[in-house]
Amino acid sequence: MAHMLMINPEKCTGCHNCELACSMAHEGVFRPDATRVHVYSWEREGFSVPMMCQHCRDAPCITVCTPHALTRDPDTGWVNLDEGKCIGCKMCVQACPFGNSIWDELTHKILKCDNCGGDPACAKMCPTQALEWVDDLTATRRRKRAFTEKFKDAFSE
Amino acid sequence: MNGWTGKILRVNLSTGKLSTEPLDPDSAKDYLGARGLGTKIMTDEVDPKVDPLSPKNKLIFAPGPLTGSYAPSAGRYTVVTKGALTGAIASSNSGGVWGPELKFAGYDALIIEGAAPKPVYLWIRNQKVEIRDASHIWGKTVPETSDAIRAETDDDAKIACIGPAGENRVLFAAIMNDLHRAAGRSGTGAVMGSKNLKAIAVVGSGAVTCADPKAFETAVMDAREKIQKHPVGGAGLRLYGTNVLTNILNEVGGYPTRNFQDGHFPTADKIGGETLAATLLQRPRGCFSCIISCGRVTKVTNKKYAGEGEGPEYETAWGFGGDCGVDNLDAVTKANYLCNEYGMDTISMAATIACAMELYERGFISRKDTGGVALEWGNAEAMVEATRLTGVGEGFGKKLALGSYRLAESYGHSELSMTVKKQEIPAYDARAIQGIGLNYATANCGAAHVRGYTISPEVLGVPMKVDKDTIEGKPALVILFQNLTAALDATGSCLFATFGIGADELAGMLSAVTGVAYTTDDFMKCGDRIYNLERQWNLAAGLTAKDDTLPIRLLNEPIKTGASKGMVSRLPEMLPTYYELRGWDGNGVPTPAKLGELSLTA
Repeated sequence: MAHMLMINPEKCTGCHNCELACSMAHEGVFRPDATRVHVYSWEREGFSVPMMCQHCRDAPCITVCTPHALTRDPDTGWVNLDEGKCIGCKMCVQACPFGNSIWDELTHKILKCDNCGGDPACAKMCPTQALEWVDDLTATRRRKRAFTEKFKDAFSE
Repeated sequence: MNGWTGKILRVNLSTGKLSTEPLDPDSAKDYLGARGLGTKIMTDEVDPKVDPLSPKNKLIFAPGPLTGSYAPSAGRYTVVTKGALTGAIASSNSGGVWGPELKFAGYDALIIEGAAPKPVYLWIRNQKVEIRDASHIWGKTVPETSDAIRAETDDDAKIACIGPAGENRVLFAAIMNDLHRAAGRSGTGAVMGSKNLKAIAVVGSGAVTCADPKAFETAVMDAREKIQKHPVGGAGLRLYGTNVLTNILNEVGGYPTRNFQDGHFPTADKIGGETLAATLLQRPRGCFSCIISCGRVTKVTNKKYAGEGEGPEYETAWGFGGDCGVDNLDAVTKANYLCNEYGMDTISMAATIACAMELYERGFISRKDTGGVALEWGNAEAMVEATRLTGVGEGFGKKLALGSYRLAESYGHSELSMTVKKQEIPAYDARAIQGIGLNYATANCGAAHVRGYTISPEVLGVPMKVDKDTIEGKPALVILFQNLTAALDATGSCLFATFGIGADELAGMLSAVTGVAYTTDDFMKCGDRIYNLERQWNLAAGLTAKDDTLPIRLLNEPIKTGASKGMVSRLPEMLPTYYELRGWDGNGVPTPAKLGELSLTA
């Protein structure tokens, strides 16, 4: 069964542990600027949202990637980046509607979530399950359940 | 270096000179970082007799060697300076995300020297550092300042700043970061104000490296599990925040009420963490790398006290609450918001108002003195107004800005100030809990619960239950907690990590990240060394054993009601043993043998 990273922003506390886990897993250092997951925080509202590559079905990054460094894995359905083929043109940074393809100014390379090959470091380090690695059926059902729960609460008040 | 960035940034505001220098590896090894490294720098560079508000005082911002890593709840930095309120060494630490950002910008410490001729702010983007004009921002509140500086630097810049209180030299002004986090105690904000430094904006995109990533991950996962399984560190603090303590302390009769006239507040539950969670709480919030999330994002809709922000913590709810006889949670929370916006320490602000209320109720000050503010016990409106007046620097607020000691003294009643070394005592009654009283009396920064939090064993039973009423074994217990906390602070960790882990785990993580092998004993010795260096600084500043005491009230006036009725602090019986076990002489001066043991010089 296919898995995906499920994001639950309402559970995110803004601790950035996912970024630290990601940069350590991929770069071997703690560097929130060099991570494939980013937590964006609204200071006044005290609200944070983790973001990473959504592995879109119709991925604009693949469409614009001239050297074919970005391709879809037929087995997992993930969008994979072949760093060897990447020419650093940054077209994918422009094309991604979510800002999840990242150009790193220090290492001069594109950073994009690769699901850690199927065992994402970010989800393991998330203390509140704001990020969860779950199969896609569970992910979809849980979303439905969370949404309908709001109706239930409204009607049972 | 690993763990440490190996670099210190020095900014002289008098001359405008900016420079960097390497971190001395020996200082790093012996003093770790944050509180330890800051104290070492102060000792090497600043005359302890200096006027805290003169350009000769320095202001040091330092994260620790664990800061920026994923060690659980280790994203803190410490401000070290000579305290404006106390005249003692101040080391106030704060969470949020600012400290790690400074580390990612490449610095183990930022030393601010001199004073700018006109208001400025500092803009740090990795190696690029600028002193910029802040004339147009001077006078603005903390949220206004943060917005204004981001608009002219970077949308994602992390901001530490002072509010109007720091500019006006309110003696307990705080340095605020990330809007709601505070290096709160001892008047760090007044020192920043005296330097005409409004803010420090930071963007850091560098790395914190780790000597042994595999060993570090193992040590971190072990520490995380222990904290997450702990009833306080795991669930309690996330559900109810630190304010879960209100009902606990009130039940044991250790909840100082109406300026410590009593130790029990009958309606405390109305301002406790459970009530907060059921009413104003929007969601929990975590600092950088935190797995606990005790932060409270709250909102008050009651028109009279409307606002939104973070808090209140236990200390704040107690101060504006029970200590002032107020049980209105909306008002308490509003006073908290005002302190965050104007940049003031909530404990000292609240306890100073409590002191003013007692002066007022006893007829030592009149309504004329207060400019018409009726400072009666339980008057929520007056409490909030007194906070506002202090923040904006108007009317009676100018007197409150001096802190309770100078306020009470000016009316001839310093005995009504509940302070140690002129710093307001926090929310645990020293009469009901013997160990914490000894800690207050001997804390190097003045009265503080976060130097030796013996509430853990004496009230919460963590890591083991100790009888709160006895003085047996308390000196040794207090020393153990003070040394552990000094070392923990110096790593950049949060005290709440100790709800789950201790020196073993901290030493393990520190060794793995830095590559310097620390045994548990080495680690504890770092804490002992830091504590003694702070003590030496204070003695050189002119403090003596006479300052290691508590207000007369806590020594002589028994608690009137509640579970600890009839009790007083037995500090005089504990202090000589404390000195002896510390390796200090009868005057509280470290002996040559003790200094030798810690490689310190007289």
